[in-house]
Amino acid sequence: MNPPLNASQDGGGHGYSGVPRWLYLPAAVGALFVLLPLVAMLAKVNWGQFIPLVTSAASLDALGLSLRTSAASTVLCLVFGVPLAMVLARRPFRGQRLLRAFVLLPLVLPPVVGGIALLYTFGRQGLLGKSLELAGVQIAFSTTAVVLAQAFVALPFLVVSLEGALRSAGNKYEAIAATLGAPPTTVLRRVTLPLVVPGLVSGAVLSFARSLGEFGATLTFAGSLQGVTRTLPLEIYLQRESDADAAVALSLLLVAVAVAVVGLSYRKPARQVAA
Amino acid sequence: MTFRMVARVRGRLDAEFTVAPGETVAILGPNGSGKSTLLAAAAGLVKPDAGSASLGGRVLFERDGGRQDWVPPHRRGVALLAQEALLFPHLSVLDNVAFAPRSAGGAKAKSRETARRWLSDVGALDLAGRRPGQLSGGQAQRVAVARALAADPELLLLDEPMAALDIHAAPHLRRLLKRVLAGRSAVIVTHDVLDALMLADRIVVLEKGRIVEEGPVREVLARPRSAFAAGLAGLNLLSGTVTAEGLLVSGAGAAGGQAVSGTPDGEALAGEPGVAAFPPSAVSVFLERPHGSPRNCLPLVISELEPHAGGIRVRAGELAADITPAASAELGLEPGMQVFFVVKSAEVQVYGA
Repeated sequence: MNPPLNASQDGGGHGYSGVPRWLYLPAAVGALFVLLPLVAMLAKVNWGQFIPLVTSAASLDALGLSLRTSAASTVLCLVFGVPLAMVLARRPFRGQRLLRAFVLLPLVLPPVVGGIALLYTFGRQGLLGKSLELAGVQIAFSTTAVVLAQAFVALPFLVVSLEGALRSAGNKYEAIAATLGAPPTTVLRRVTLPLVVPGLVSGAVLSFARSLGEFGATLTFAGSLQGVTRTLPLEIYLQRESDADAAVALSLLLVAVAVAVVGLSYRKPARQVAA
Repeated sequence: MTFRMVARVRGRLDAEFTVAPGETVAILGPNGSGKSTLLAAAAGLVKPDAGSASLGGRVLFERDGGRQDWVPPHRRGVALLAQEALLFPHLSVLDNVAFAPRSAGGAKAKSRETARRWLSDVGALDLAGRRPGQLSGGQAQRVAVARALAADPELLLLDEPMAALDIHAAPHLRRLLKRVLAGRSAVIVTHDVLDALMLADRIVVLEKGRIVEEGPVREVLARPRSAFAAGLAGLNLLSGTVTAEGLLVSGAGAAGGQAVSGTPDGEALAGEPGVAAFPPSAVSVFLERPHGSPRNCLPLVISELEPHAGGIRVRAGELAADITPAASAELGLEPGMQVFFVVKSAEVQVYGA
């Protein structure tokens, strides 16, 4: 117990921290709770077979599909999430709280329920699916369905983090920009969005990470077809039944990708604060 | 360009207001008197419940029953300089100043050229390449002035532009504003009588959302009619009814019901509402009622003693007397004591309210 306690007193600044000493114990337990399972998994990896396992055709298909669909779903989240966050953060209107609650619903909904809901919307017999079917468009059990399932669960992450950034940025700069003659679209492009870039980046990263890990909604709405809808998490689940070593190796791969994505772009950007 | 506005914002503002072409108007008033709301309504950042405004014949808004016109802020030609500089933190100083010309549709190179001209005009050209985060408060506010002027506004609004600056930076900015406001239609909200003196042609005093007094700066400061303006001018002010000899003080104040003798100006007619004004330095303080029955001797209770310009200011309700520290020590003054404020009739100005 001593090292963390000493670190709190000696390391990182000299100001008063306001952290009671006993708090480090539950904090350490919490950190271990997250780290220990990763260590346990690491210990299970069959290193001799690692490279062949993760470079099998099925694995590479799954990894490639995961990266592509997650990127597409992140773009989808940006296209619709940025306007949603703006609308929620800037002007109060009737039903705003209700809208926010529904937008955030996928955060707490079991993904499999989301998948069923999507199936009844875009499936063959679904609300929109019937018309889409007549137009010759089939979404369910396609790669498009994977992207939609991921966007459905990932959208709230972008909206929440961007709405928070917009609210804390306030609208003082926007008001000044307007009095300088900038029309609303110019204000959005040149003032609002540049000011919330950190929130936008962290929201997009969270959305991408959530998309990468998406399982339940994808399986329900898109199925598990190799190269088409079988993303990395689905491949891992499938391999777990037949080849535990492969499942562990792929899990490690997913952890590595997730750590890389979050680590690379989730660093705190240098903040420029007005004097 | 004449700016004319009548604006009512429930609970905050109910005022009619004009700025003549090239005129600078100072708005003064206590906190929460609606000064900033007035500016926000003119800039288009607050929608008044009722009223109308025009600038050089163009309608800015019209909210009267049936008619509902509303020109958004970016099409008003009204720029706002706030208490904080609010330079866009992600743009360089140069691009901050080029923001308005760019928004007006100017090409990048040309807008930057315009920006350089304005930066050099405010003496901040050497800062062009910096980020706003690297500027001092005074530098940032100077850049903000250049940014507002680069918008070529027909009306410039200034919301306490000196309030957030330290005492060394404020005089510099005040000099700059004096130069750039000359000949411009502008409204400046301020707490500081010095700003009004140096920058404004006319003073408007706002209290609880209403205009209680307005007039040329010199006149308002020489003959204040509201308690707030008297405070700015550093005068004691009593209001009541003009009499042949002076003023009969009205109200429930410490001097309420007393007759004050003074020198009425030619225009003040007996029986009409008026005020009596006299400087705190003209007041002597006594513990006993002095002999020889001076004309003005007001029995008062000391509410506070405070240091004031090398002396002691004795406050008794809304009135003040300035005495030397030695005199204060000799009299042994302290809050709660009963004293007499004596002031010569010749020192008291009486005029119509």
